[in-house]
Amino acid sequence: MSMKKNYVVETIRKAQMVQLLAGGKRMDERALDQPRPLKIETGLIQKANGSARVTLGNTQVIAGVKIATGIPFPDTPDKGLLVVNAEILPMASPYAEPGPPSEEAIELARVVDRGIRESEMVDLTKLCLIPGKSVVTVFVDCNVMNVDGNLFDATSYAVVAALGTSKMKKYLVKEDKIESTEEWVPVPVERTPVSVTLARIGDKLVVDPSTEEEAAMDMRITITTDDGGNICATQKGEASTISPAQVLQAVDTSIRVGKEIRVQIKEATK
Amino acid sequence: MVEAKRLIDDKGKRLDGRKWNELRPISLQVGVMKNADGSAYIEWGKNKIMAAVYGPKEVHPKHQVLPDRALLRCRYHMAPFSVDERKNPAPSRREIEISKVIREALEPAVIVEDYPRTAIEVWVEVLQSDGGSRCAGITAASLALADAGINMRDLVVGCSCGLIEDEVVSDLDDTEDKEGNGDMPVAIMPNLGQVTLLQVDGIYTREQFQKAFELAIEKGKEIYGMQRQALTERFFGGEAKSSQVEEAAE
Repeated sequence: MSMKKNYVVETIRKAQMVQLLAGGKRMDERALDQPRPLKIETGLIQKANGSARVTLGNTQVIAGVKIATGIPFPDTPDKGLLVVNAEILPMASPYAEPGPPSEEAIELARVVDRGIRESEMVDLTKLCLIPGKSVVTVFVDCNVMNVDGNLFDATSYAVVAALGTSKMKKYLVKEDKIESTEEWVPVPVERTPVSVTLARIGDKLVVDPSTEEEAAMDMRITITTDDGGNICATQKGEASTISPAQVLQAVDTSIRVGKEIRVQIKEATK
Repeated sequence: MVEAKRLIDDKGKRLDGRKWNELRPISLQVGVMKNADGSAYIEWGKNKIMAAVYGPKEVHPKHQVLPDRALLRCRYHMAPFSVDERKNPAPSRREIEISKVIREALEPAVIVEDYPRTAIEVWVEVLQSDGGSRCAGITAASLALADAGINMRDLVVGCSCGLIEDEVVSDLDDTEDKEGNGDMPVAIMPNLGQVTLLQVDGIYTREQFQKAFELAIEKGKEIYGMQRQALTERFFGGEAKSSQVEEAAE
């Protein structure tokens, strides 16, 4: 949630940030490509098939996975369903409100979903029970509990950690009927996609912007990469431009930083 | 993954006969709506999209007024009959996101500071959809803004590239978008050399990413020529050449 609420204070802060960034420094003394401390806790919701709480600086997101069976989409009859959703709770910030999801919340959910889906993190073909009739449905719902910038990455890590530790009932197909057993099996997770968001303040790109930095940024770019260093999803945001050279610089930073974060996520989900 | 039908054959020909770096046919018309302050119609492949601009006008509700610049509003909407299965006319989450990224793609080109306390509205209606509708919508919308006489830094032009059968290709159509491995819509301000929209899905190696991204920019510049021609026709009649526009500009 970028919040430009106090124009004067933010303009002064931005000027200060730009000055600091010229010397390679940030307000909170991080390096330009250094994310805030990341904490991942899993398995905190017993009634969910999998869950995770991610704390990235002061941003906190809880993701929960619920798995059931359902009908596949007509255009993908042989694939299970994976739906990622996100909500910014009214308690998460003084500027958040209850009600239908804002444009921002919709973009958040869709960008996170895209990273998970496009990386083929979960092998959806393994979630097909009876082609065209019955598949396993995986819903990942994310609650943003506290907003301090970079909801994209925090939410994405929560989803990956929750899915990575999810267990589902083993389903059997008997004469066109689905039978649920008492045996628990892991969700078929094949990859660990990692989202890295960069914000541009002045002409510098910084990794993992805080709320304070988001108020001063004029452009944001989120890049999701997979274990092989491939790019799976990207979203440029905010009403500003980016040069082609800076896009490629952001891609390289995201691959590099993503590698380190992937190690942390894998550690937390093993 | 084994594809039931090949999207690109051994000779490098795509289903509709195009080469990897070819565009679908594009036609552009500017100033086609009577009531709107500016409008443009684009046909791009099977896409048929109307863009209309109203403004600068009074802001309603008033609390949304921006004291130092215009409020740019944008709605991308798909007609219920624009797709194979009837689409619910209520805005979907996809349309809300696309409206947002289109607004963010156009706003850098609009000199919003010139119109404080006003609203500029951009309506993009997809009458028939094919692959790359957001890029076609942006291309038409920037023409509609120009047609409305809104001060702009540059036109904005969109073009999507992507991966089919793991090959980088330009301008994916519906089938290629659905069955291919990835889509990368890019919008640029061609004269300023800046990117205003970038979205990616699919799995790209670093090399493929750069190739697709650079191809989208190159193709965008090609479409920019068509945009100029369409504006020329609007303001200088069908016979005029773009050289006349340059003369007029001087």
